[in-house]
Amino acid sequence: MSTMTGGAVLQWPESLYRTFHRKPGGGQESTHYCPGCGHGVLHKLIAEAMDDLAIRERTVFISPVGCSVFGYYYFDCGNVQVAHGRAPAVATGIKRALPHSVVISYQGDGDLAAIGTSNILHAANRGEPITVFFVNNAIYGMTGGQMAPTTLDGQRTTTSPRGRDTMDTGSPLRVSELLSTLDAPVYIERVALTDAKHIMTARRAVRKALKAQVEGKGFSLVEVLSPCPINWKMDPAESKAWITDHLMPAFPLGVYKDVLAEREPQTRLAPQLALDKVAELFAAEPSVERTGEPTWDGVADRYREPQVKIAGFGGQGVLFLGSLLANVALRRNYHVTWLPAYGPESRGGTANCNVVISAEPVASPMVTEPSVLMALNAPSLERFEPTVTPGGVIVYNSTLISKTPTRQDVEVVAVPATAIADELGETRAANLVLLGAYLAHTGMFSAAEVEATMDQVLKSHGMLELNRQAVARGFAATT
Amino acid sequence: MAVELVKGNDALLRGAVLAGCRTFYGYPITPSSEIAESAAALLPQLGGTFVQSECEVGAIQMVYGAASAGERVMTASSSPGISLKLEGVSYLVGSELPAVIIDIMRGGPGLGNIAPAQGDYFQVVKGGGHGDYRLIVLAPNSPQEMCDLAMLAFELADRYRNPVVVLSDGFTGQMMEAVEFPVPVTSIPPKDWAVRATPETSGNLINSIRLMPEDLEEHVTALFEKYASIEAAEVRYEEVQTADAELVVVGYGIVSRLLRAALARVRDQGLRVGMLRPITLWPYPSQRLAELAETASGFLVAELSTGQMVEDVRLAVNGRRPVAFHGRYGGAVPSVDELVKAIEAAYPAEGRSA
Ligand SMILES: Cc1ncc(C[n+]2csc(CCOP(=O)(O)OP(=O)(O)O)c2C)c(N)n1
Ligand code: SF4
Repeated sequence: MSTMTGGAVLQWPESLYRTFHRKPGGGQESTHYCPGCGHGVLHKLIAEAMDDLAIRERTVFISPVGCSVFGYYYFDCGNVQVAHGRAPAVATGIKRALPHSVVISYQGDGDLAAIGTSNILHAANRGEPITVFFVNNAIYGMTGGQMAPTTLDGQRTTTSPRGRDTMDTGSPLRVSELLSTLDAPVYIERVALTDAKHIMTARRAVRKALKAQVEGKGFSLVEVLSPCPINWKMDPAESKAWITDHLMPAFPLGVYKDVLAEREPQTRLAPQLALDKVAELFAAEPSVERTGEPTWDGVADRYREPQVKIAGFGGQGVLFLGSLLANVALRRNYHVTWLPAYGPESRGGTANCNVVISAEPVASPMVTEPSVLMALNAPSLERFEPTVTPGGVIVYNSTLISKTPTRQDVEVVAVPATAIADELGETRAANLVLLGAYLAHTGMFSAAEVEATMDQVLKSHGMLELNRQAVARGFAATT
Repeated sequence: MAVELVKGNDALLRGAVLAGCRTFYGYPITPSSEIAESAAALLPQLGGTFVQSECEVGAIQMVYGAASAGERVMTASSSPGISLKLEGVSYLVGSELPAVIIDIMRGGPGLGNIAPAQGDYFQVVKGGGHGDYRLIVLAPNSPQEMCDLAMLAFELADRYRNPVVVLSDGFTGQMMEAVEFPVPVTSIPPKDWAVRATPETSGNLINSIRLMPEDLEEHVTALFEKYASIEAAEVRYEEVQTADAELVVVGYGIVSRLLRAALARVRDQGLRVGMLRPITLWPYPSQRLAELAETASGFLVAELSTGQMVEDVRLAVNGRRPVAFHGRYGGAVPSVDELVKAIEAAYPAEGRSA
């Protein structure tokens, strides 16, 4: 157990609790850190900076997993304890919810440089305007002295008992150097908690990093070379000397990035409900005005309650054709479902969708045995012709399909859809020609109803006239 | 009245917006990516937050952060991504943080495929993360329910300070159907426990550590008292023609729609078959199934898995009636014909003669 001495600290910072009520046993003045540990010293430097910047009440301190897991015993501010390595991701969520907050991500070298590598890298790369204090003690403290990514070449730990072999386990990871290659971070410095002079430098760095956040400048990180006498198996004085003699050569101190002067402050606003805007966005979505009763009046029995399969190659507007048909039916108050084939089924340039239209709520949206097949290309006809129910309808694009359907037990409607669309000057309108032909053949809906639907659901009206003509030509093609 | 034909995935995101969610963190994966895409399109226009995270592990922790700050926040993924999120889910529960997680299930194990499946029932409904916990799990079977249950999910998450999962499948996410959107939530109840970087909340702590066994036991006991109240109040299901049913079929999500089509056919043949569709997978309608075991002679469970939810039906029925199972998996989906045959095979002999 230690108290938070170590630097030339004269006054107890307001930002630290005086007695640690959250610590089991309550109300103690000693921390849970070992004598000579760097964590307590750094805590005090951070708390002093919080005092100086008058940010205590809007600071959120994130305690990681590691020896500083109980950071919330000490910091008198908002506290969030998180999973191992994930503090920068949690910090992202907090900071974006509360742009006015000052978010501190406090992490050890196992936490930040091993399990949480991707989280810190991406938070830094996104330039999350948070402050990270990275305690590099070249070892896993909490779990009893295992090797860290920052463990030195030859250093003995419980999981590198013969000394770290860098050929086998990699070299000490230099986080400050690595992160300073990124564009977004505004300030990165490495400091050490050894003597009074170095602690003064650390104090300045801590303050500068927090000030960067207060000013909205962006991502900042201070890497702190910090003693872990217990796991280094040294006394506190030896530990400090070891930092100077061994850690500093491997992890040179200094400022790795400082673009504070040239970065403009960012302003982000807290999320709002913005209900007016919600109403506006919802109103802008295409909808149809329902009219009439779903009675099937005037439609021959065999064409009622259709289960439609529409298929072609990608770019032929198969899915659009299906959704337009569904919308025409919906406008007339029928129940409809539309289900596209997705994934592997839709790869290789083919597309198909299922449309079910019914006077009753639709049970299954899947069409395995269509009563109607609209085939826009030859492979689609080949594939789905056998699945059509006896007495069903096949409407196919005779421009692109030379091999006529062989089924004798279905109605077959051949439409030179692509040729007609080409005459209109737009090959891609073949889908609408086919739709027109299907509707004309079955008497399900009129061309005027299709037109009225397109009017309501199409976002861009630029093609409306062409679309109208394509549908009309399809209607005419079967008579 | 104006009505919209909407994809399930879009309906879900818009339901979340209507529930007051302005924050989305996620990582793309088929077949859930459209939810992220809609969020990316919509939320920034509303002054909200959309972040494509580095991975699902990161996404769920961003959710943890936003939830700590009191935001209504969501993430969406599909099966392999949900596996990764489960670390964070356990922490969300431990810290009693509300959050909404969408799982548009696909075929597994491993990379599997992107076709619809229901193989995540165990990992989502029974756990998957570490420790003793429960998630409220909602199972929509239409775009309308994708919207409505997304809204409900946020409400329940806040009410119980627990994550809620909307467990759906590729078909329900991809299909379009008419949706009528409810009116938006106009205010979100304040969360005095949240860390909001204000003087009033600066003493607050979000935390899942309870170092002393007696403290952790007390905490988990409190969680399970909360779960008991959820079980008492939040069970939801739909029943179809169960009053005279000799056989009750049980299925959730897209399977319930296929079963419904099969039901119409077997009823025409004179078989007395009904359906119970769980809408909440946890809490599970066990009580109702136990009651139905009094009146029906048998059960048939259909799932897009080798049999996961069937275990809950068997627990509820508790050996009193036979519980048959029909499963397709790996992304395969049964045809209505196939389900009709499964129903005929499971139909109790005594029911046939009656
Ligand atoms: C997912 C997960 N894996 C492993 C652990 C065990 N663990 C706790 S702390 C820690 C390493 C801590 O080392 P460091 O981050 O360097 O912090 P220090 O204790 O040295 O301050 C590990 C591996 C854990 N809590 N969670
Ligand atoms: S084990 Fe090391 S890092 Fe942890 S408290 Fe002790 S000295 Fe500090």
